[in-house]
Amino acid sequence: MRDTTLRIGSGAAWWGDRVSPAGVNAEHGRLDYLCFETMAEATVSAAQVRARRDPSFPGYDTYLDDRMRAVLPACMRQGTRIVSNQGWLNPDAAARRIVELLQELGIHGVKVASVNGSLITDRVLALTDTIMENGQPTATLADSLISAEAYLGAEPIVEALRGGAQIVVTGRVADPSLFLAPMMFEFGWDPMDHEKVGAGNAIGHLMECGAQVTGGYFSDPGFKDVPEPWNFGFPIAEVEPDGTVVITKVEGTGGAVTLQTVKEQMLYEVHDPARYLTPDVVVDFTRCRLEQVGPDRVRVTGLTGTPRTPTLKVSIGCTEGFIGEDMFFYAGPGALRRAQLAKKVLEERFKIVGLQAEDLRIDFLGLNAIHGEATPADAPEPYEIAVRAAARTRTREEAAKVGREIDGMAVSGIAHTGKRVPHQDRTREVIGVWSSLVAREEVPARVSYFES
Amino acid sequence: MKVLLQHIAHARSGDKGNTSNIAVFAYASAFYPLLKEQLTAERFKAFYRGAIQGEVIRHEVDNIEALNFVCHGALGGGVSRSLSLDNYGKALSAAVLGFEMDVPDELASQLRGPR
Repeated sequence: MRDTTLRIGSGAAWWGDRVSPAGVNAEHGRLDYLCFETMAEATVSAAQVRARRDPSFPGYDTYLDDRMRAVLPACMRQGTRIVSNQGWLNPDAAARRIVELLQELGIHGVKVASVNGSLITDRVLALTDTIMENGQPTATLADSLISAEAYLGAEPIVEALRGGAQIVVTGRVADPSLFLAPMMFEFGWDPMDHEKVGAGNAIGHLMECGAQVTGGYFSDPGFKDVPEPWNFGFPIAEVEPDGTVVITKVEGTGGAVTLQTVKEQMLYEVHDPARYLTPDVVVDFTRCRLEQVGPDRVRVTGLTGTPRTPTLKVSIGCTEGFIGEDMFFYAGPGALRRAQLAKKVLEERFKIVGLQAEDLRIDFLGLNAIHGEATPADAPEPYEIAVRAAARTRTREEAAKVGREIDGMAVSGIAHTGKRVPHQDRTREVIGVWSSLVAREEVPARVSYFES
Repeated sequence: MKVLLQHIAHARSGDKGNTSNIAVFAYASAFYPLLKEQLTAERFKAFYRGAIQGEVIRHEVDNIEALNFVCHGALGGGVSRSLSLDNYGKALSAAVLGFEMDVPDELASQLRGPR
């Protein structure tokens, strides 16, 4: 068992994240592990929709090549292991692609593992009872189901590392578990040791959103300033065998690691801070202590947890119709008055054409689109207003009515209407995401090995 | 004195399904009891007017001097089906910075930011 500090770096916080900071961490982070988180709630369902339309889509992270090319040479040279959920729908194909990339680089004999088992689309209606959000039977989703994945925990990744994998690529795994797995493997933590595993998972939570703990999504000029917000370093966790940690980043990168950045990330997407549910453990953030122990170095002690629940969360993606959306513009004196009349015109037109919308909104961008009713009534009138209409409908034909009626505003609208060229498709498919629970023993993971 | 919340606290929102959590963090320890006392769940929800449809639950996180508001029904059905321009509700946390707080005059030197 390891008895020295373990250095784990972040390489991505989501699919669209920047690539170059991962390269900086790989090159200069002196990392034992580099972990990539590339999935949001709807990522797999969106990938399923794409796979149905495009048979050549391989089903894994569309930036896999970019990310791996940015880090493989340094990681393989320095012996840094990689844990990544870039496998999405097809971890085996992702593993095979990584093997090809290694071979292109002339790196041979590297063991790559894939973790499968999270995709349970074909079994989800038999394995789950109830939709968490609305209490309905999951069987009601039968006709609209696209995909279902259980959130796996760290254990199959630990198995792959024990099996000698230098790179592990998975499907749906809970984000913090990607970071927890190396700690469990290196320090020999028992999966049932809820205090250590709770600490490890909490550290994973601090790391999973990448730059959000190093000053990303934080700068507010005059109130919260951080250096070089165009050049954030991704975080590095220096983890001790007892589950304490220092969060830091590569020297010379932008951003900052402070008590404030760490606190903001600690509660990000957390509901009850004493009971943050993960597949591995229930995390308790309410007893920890934070200290600034140096520039860009925050030590967190007292992270812990309570025993895990008997179930895993399942994310269920469904077709839910379409959204039609477009906008047009007013500027100059009286812009708001003209926008208000234009809104009335659109509302009447939608009645005349019989728009069947499940939800409809008409926003004044620059006035109320973001905070809606919470916008102060005495907000000063802006000089420019974009009027945006959006409707959610059952069919693409209904959704298209939004764009068609906005087209009419070009010559039948209000004075001084600014209008865009309308030739693009202004409808899109909606993928609804629902949650359910499944008994953990119903979702066995499978680890496979490949070699470069 | 009356000051906007932005001078005594910072905030971040996160999304899960149709629920937004908006966490509010005291800039200084002296401000945390003021937040606990004045920024109740009821006042928080009222301040957001119609933007939060469901229940608001407040968690007090004393060890990091923060309040976590779990706001049900705040995301237009959730990120994928929301018609909001800000699907994730990432910018929702900014609204609370405009909440008016009553702060003792002797804490003036600890206020953050331009006024």
